[in-house]
Amino acid sequence: MIKIIVVGNGMVGFKFCEKFISKSGQEKYQITVFGEEPRRAYDRVHLSEYFAGKTADDLSMSTANWYEENNIILNTSELITDIHKESKTITTHLEKTHSYDYLVLATGSSAFVPPIEGVEKEGVFVYRTIEDLDAIMAYAKKIKANGSTEAAVLGGGLLGLEAAKAVRDLGLNPHVVEFAPRLMPRQLDKGASNMLQSKIEALNIGIHLNKSTQYIAGKDAITGMMFEGDHLLKVDMLVISAGIKPRDELGKGAGLEVGVRGGIVVNNKMQTSDPNIFAIGEVALYNHMIYGLVAPGYEMADVAAEQIIGSDKLMRETIDMSTQLKLIGVEVASFGDPFIENEEVTAIVFENKFNGTYKRINVTKDGKTLLGGILVGDSSDYNGLFQIYSNAMALPPNPEDLILGSRGGEGSTLGNAMDLPDTAVICSCENVTKGAICCSITDGTCETMGDVVKLTKATSGCGGCKPMVVDLVKAAQKSIGKEVKESICEHFHYTRQELFDIVKINKYTNFYEVVDHHGNGDGCEVCKPVVASIFSSIYNDTANKHVTTQDTNDRYLANIQRNGTYSVVPRIAGGEITPEKLVVIGEVAKQFGLYTKITGAQRLDLFGATLNDLPAIWKILIDNGFESGHAYGKSLRAVKSCVGNAWCRYGMDDSTTFAIELENRYKGIRSPHKLKGGVSACIRECAEARGKDFGVIAVEGGWNLYICGNGGANPKHAVLLAETIDKETVFKYMDRFLMYYVRTAGPLVRTSTWLEKLDGGLDYLKEVIIHDRIGICEALEAEMQSLIGTYECEWKQVLEKPRLMKRFSHFVNSDDKDDNIEYVPIRDQHMPKSWNF
Amino acid sequence: MEHVLDKYKTVTLEDVKVWFKAGTLKDFPSNRGGCVKYKDKQIAVFNFERRNEWYACQNVCPHKLEMVLSRGMTGSADNVPKIACPMHKKTFSLVDGSNLNGEDYSIATYPVKVVEGEVLIGFID
Repeated sequence: MIKIIVVGNGMVGFKFCEKFISKSGQEKYQITVFGEEPRRAYDRVHLSEYFAGKTADDLSMSTANWYEENNIILNTSELITDIHKESKTITTHLEKTHSYDYLVLATGSSAFVPPIEGVEKEGVFVYRTIEDLDAIMAYAKKIKANGSTEAAVLGGGLLGLEAAKAVRDLGLNPHVVEFAPRLMPRQLDKGASNMLQSKIEALNIGIHLNKSTQYIAGKDAITGMMFEGDHLLKVDMLVISAGIKPRDELGKGAGLEVGVRGGIVVNNKMQTSDPNIFAIGEVALYNHMIYGLVAPGYEMADVAAEQIIGSDKLMRETIDMSTQLKLIGVEVASFGDPFIENEEVTAIVFENKFNGTYKRINVTKDGKTLLGGILVGDSSDYNGLFQIYSNAMALPPNPEDLILGSRGGEGSTLGNAMDLPDTAVICSCENVTKGAICCSITDGTCETMGDVVKLTKATSGCGGCKPMVVDLVKAAQKSIGKEVKESICEHFHYTRQELFDIVKINKYTNFYEVVDHHGNGDGCEVCKPVVASIFSSIYNDTANKHVTTQDTNDRYLANIQRNGTYSVVPRIAGGEITPEKLVVIGEVAKQFGLYTKITGAQRLDLFGATLNDLPAIWKILIDNGFESGHAYGKSLRAVKSCVGNAWCRYGMDDSTTFAIELENRYKGIRSPHKLKGGVSACIRECAEARGKDFGVIAVEGGWNLYICGNGGANPKHAVLLAETIDKETVFKYMDRFLMYYVRTAGPLVRTSTWLEKLDGGLDYLKEVIIHDRIGICEALEAEMQSLIGTYECEWKQVLEKPRLMKRFSHFVNSDDKDDNIEYVPIRDQHMPKSWNF
Repeated sequence: MEHVLDKYKTVTLEDVKVWFKAGTLKDFPSNRGGCVKYKDKQIAVFNFERRNEWYACQNVCPHKLEMVLSRGMTGSADNVPKIACPMHKKTFSLVDGSNLNGEDYSIATYPVKVVEGEVLIGFID
């Protein structure tokens, strides 16, 4: 066995091991790792999430038995004290000696503590390890108990701002103190820093620039910081994150060449001045630079691994320091040379104080080349700009379009991913090029996006490159003539629409018939609910019919909640409810100990029902005239209404009655995704009808019908389908529209997305459902008619058939309830204990 | 918090010391799961009728530690029988309990056999 010793078990040391064991020929080597910290390697980049509730285990880079599984010997809490180059051995602080063939130094760096008088005082911390964080947390608790609220962070760079957020998460008011005249001085210019500063100050974080700290005030513990000019900032805690200092003492002691200001000198093979000793990560001085970012560290790990195993992979000449991140919720990105401006290069700056964005690009005066730039407040263009910069791609005729977007005309200014050269790095976390992604598809190694992710690891880091990778995979599939189909899953090579027709024509009534004749395997959590929904749309089967293939909530006719209990939502059509029924709901909630809340759709939701209690709860509700509200189904939820001309002095029509009629007409109909509606009696729009899948608004002389809107993640206003039509026409267009959507949309595609993808868009839709251009209106109406009026309450069905009740029991061999459920109080009710892991 | 998971360790056929009678065939729905109480454990049992196979695993999903796997949807991935948790659709192989989404947590599995209409689950204690 060839012996490799890795000194240091941080992110880069871990990455070295991970990369090494993935290479062919690795079985001839034995890796031994020494780490001075008591735990396995963890993710220091996301360290501040520790304050937000992540545990040391969550941050860990590997599973507990990863090292063992891969035959790597890990020694934690053991510090290497000496390297003996001649005998190729190392000594640890436990006086043990180990020999090596190759030594990899991944000792990283420690926090740089400026020599300020008083930094040794109690309450001054550095921000580097989990132990530091534990100490900061404990101290914060202590000073808060004494009524203190103020804490400072020394350093306004990337890590300093992270630390400021962490301090804020601990419930203290952070003050960021920076010696330079701007924040993130390595990445941002003054304008970008000002924008970032105003955004951060708006979050009640103090920013103190141009501050040179004279001494730390206080007797034993810190009580303040004295700045030049006798200005005192009163704080009871200080976290120092003012830069890093390479841990090069081992290398120095062994006589390896080090830089003037520290760091172990390496060549482009990552070798130190001793060819058997490699240095990687923040201890390595490459091109006279220490790179304090994880991506170059990972690349160094890979180069060292390749070199040891005998390949000739070299480190790139220039290391890109481009970065895109979110700091305290503000998007910040900086790429290439962010500051360059001279006779040949001019900066184009766009600043919008109204929405808090700052964008700068540095372009050569001939308008041909992009050299770098800065984005604050909106970094969505980063990916495109970075590709243009790193591949020296041609710029649009007006380079300013890159940050302003093309004003007028069609198309994106950032071009198409397929225009990139093959050498373009698409995923910078894992260093995956466009060529690697596309070739994996074109040479037949990979078939799907999933295969590509497995093979290349692209998208597995920060995930920012995912949209681009998806585009590239699709384009590569197309280029080899592979039809890119939106097939449902591995079991069916059909779209939902094709499957709908297959079921309808063959009159299938059971999932397994469909999968046996037209699919393969046993189905899964994706295709089973799709087929169940198709059955419902065609035969109006309730969810009791295909229990096995119904999705989570449909199977139990209730919405599963965080602790595995369910919530209950009876239908309250149009939001209208009698006082007697309100009392019933209150009584039921009291009897079963349920938490109650009013929903966004003008209904009442009762939370915390155990599986075993669901039938008893529903029995009382149904006996008192309620029915299922289908809050668990991909079907019509509720039609919201304003009170209309029954009460309102502005109402032009009876919106509540219309909403109840619409809700009862379409209730229970299963569709590709949930459907929500609204009816307003005037253009004040109190029912928010234009934020729904269908909305009706009363106008002089009739109703306006709007369709395909939704709230949610991508809010979209509904668009006008027809103006000033009577109620009957609304029903007619609605029947056609809903049925057309039910028949043609993909699984879990809301109406708004469906319309966006519909060839011909709204104009075509109007042609189809108003002018019957393709002659299907009669069929659509007939299909809808076969569903309307066959409604059955599925909860009533359950209560009438003991056979159907069987599923509402937590255990098959006991009447006990789940004993794993714990509640904590919230205001005057209770909720499940939190998931703080 | 983690102690819930410590109760569940995969049992292989050769390890079995106790065959627990969980119920009769008709107690278990076909092609989906039922949950069995055994001492202080909750075990999810799946009758994969279509393949004429039975599987059992811990009922607690290792992702958020809720007792819900028996309510999940069965299926297969590359022909390997799997269960999808109803909470966040995390999927696990029912054959060896491995995580099929690339996360680093998995589930414990237990042997099941059907003898004269009785469904038996194998435990070591």
